[in-house]
Amino acid sequence: MLLVLGRRLANVVPTMLAVVALVFLLFSVLPGSFISGMNEDGRSAMDPAVMERMRKEMGLDDPLLERFAKYVANTARGDLGTSFRTREPVTKMLSGRIWPSLKLVLAAMTFAILVGVTLGFLAALRPGSWIDTASMVGAISGLSLSQFWFGLMLMYLFALKLQWLPSFGYGDGGLRNLVLPAIALGVGPMALLARTTRAAVLDVLNADFVRTARSKGMSERRVVEWHVLRNALVLVITIVGLQFGSLMGQAVVVEKLFAWPGVGSLMVDSVFQRDMPTVQGCILMIVLFFLVINTLVDLAYVVIDPRIRYQ
Amino acid sequence: MTPPLLKVEDLRIALAGDGVTYNAVEGVSFEIGRGEAFGLVGESGCGKSITALSVMGLLRRPLSLGGGRIVLDGQEIQDVPAAEMRRLRGKRIAMIFQEPMTALNPLSPVGRQIAEMFVLHQGAGWSEAMDRAEDALRQVRVPSPERRIRDYPHQLSGGMRQRVMIAIALACGPDLLVADEPTTALDVTVQAEIIDLIAELCAAKGTAVLMISHDLGLVANMCKRVAVMYAGRIVESQVADAIFARPSHPYTQGLIDSLPRLGERSRRGRQRLREITGVVPSIQAYPAGCRFNPRCPAVTDICRTNVPEATSLPADGLVRCHHHG
Repeated sequence: MLLVLGRRLANVVPTMLAVVALVFLLFSVLPGSFISGMNEDGRSAMDPAVMERMRKEMGLDDPLLERFAKYVANTARGDLGTSFRTREPVTKMLSGRIWPSLKLVLAAMTFAILVGVTLGFLAALRPGSWIDTASMVGAISGLSLSQFWFGLMLMYLFALKLQWLPSFGYGDGGLRNLVLPAIALGVGPMALLARTTRAAVLDVLNADFVRTARSKGMSERRVVEWHVLRNALVLVITIVGLQFGSLMGQAVVVEKLFAWPGVGSLMVDSVFQRDMPTVQGCILMIVLFFLVINTLVDLAYVVIDPRIRYQ
Repeated sequence: MTPPLLKVEDLRIALAGDGVTYNAVEGVSFEIGRGEAFGLVGESGCGKSITALSVMGLLRRPLSLGGGRIVLDGQEIQDVPAAEMRRLRGKRIAMIFQEPMTALNPLSPVGRQIAEMFVLHQGAGWSEAMDRAEDALRQVRVPSPERRIRDYPHQLSGGMRQRVMIAIALACGPDLLVADEPTTALDVTVQAEIIDLIAELCAAKGTAVLMISHDLGLVANMCKRVAVMYAGRIVESQVADAIFARPSHPYTQGLIDSLPRLGERSRRGRQRLREITGVVPSIQAYPAGCRFNPRCPAVTDICRTNVPEATSLPADGLVRCHHHG
């Protein structure tokens, strides 16, 4: 168990390095910079001398490799740099944003697991029934919906028409504000989970050992409880892990739409202004989240499936 | 004469497909006495396994029981309610499957999978059931059972897994053990051990065995009587020794000729084993008349049009061939 953990953690550092390098490269080929953006924002032109001074100050003139090396060294010390835009340390800006993002992602995933896995199970146990048909139609629709459009529809129905819930914003950080963005974000993974769970359970129900279980004289309910659940779970957990990990990245659209003060909306705002240190920080956060979730999934495998033991 | 333990009468198994229903098995009848070992032999796809599953009440779509009677110990069981059938399954009739690799739940320790039987059928608590599972493992001669009960199936060899299956099947002392090709997936050296184990344990407990195999030699060794199936019908049924000495159906003759035997070949001056030409027809395309006719060396016109009636042989035997006698 510890070995698995150690090995996974050892993978985190090179992965993060690669991501940072990629982001650095992208920004170096992107036209414009924070300063040229300020110059072109439609107000009076900036004094070239000021622009020159700012470029120096922000280190934008240094060679790419040098900036990269400096950034990596600082990050290793826990310093993600200073935002060009707000002049605040990026770590400080991020720290206020992580909890709202985490809350949104956790809520969305809880919704997806509760609804998706349940629907998938019911559908698999009664193939061809109305609940099977209904949940699979729902799953296909859920997969094909755009989060953006679906979020708008949720707002329209529950906030504008029914006036049950606030339409956007973080409010006091309570549940009322969380519900709509969480559903908008969770509907995709929910649909995928419903389909995967159905397939996984059907797969297990046709396995030889389920026939053995039936030959023992077990009721169908016992067969499911004792022999099907755990085996189906192994397959379901893979999808949960993949979806969970990438959800922080997917949250960008939903956070922007619902004016949710998370990492995603911070990142979008920072990209528009070429606020490179902040964007870097956001991306690092999202990647780190993905890696942590993946590690947890690997650990879960070891707990559930005795065949998996890492040597 | 005491009534038989299991009596299968005119069994028909229907296969539903594309709006048409085929008879995968038809007119199959046999009896197994208490403690008797009975063999059912035939090529792959001749209907042996589904005959076994129908006795267990485990046929699943698209297969279903089309007709006939299955009588266990005087009770007709072909259409008892599902709950009652469950109480019989495992307790009075148990089954061993062909693939020990996949027939056990990979995520559950083998001890627990045996213990389930005691919990299900004898109302034992889990800790008592686990103790008894250990005993059951000892009986099937798994070394150090006290450690093995905690092992998962993937930690055991194929032979050990099949021993676990035997322990599960015999856990509640059933009257009938259905063994569907129990050794086919195993190494040749292990096969003999497993067959001996089944024979010995069943003899000791007075359990009857329905042994299903494509291996006539194996079945004839273990069973007193043998039925040979071809394309969903029983073509011949005889005492095991008589089958070898006087095979009455050309198909049985073909099966025996295709067995390698020490010294035989050189004595007959033959270099190659004789084979039965052709393959078993698919269920959708069973030929009219005797179903063996396209492959039969002695085929005549009547074989292509008329289904042969059963002709009696000595000692309760029978054969279905136009050319017998």
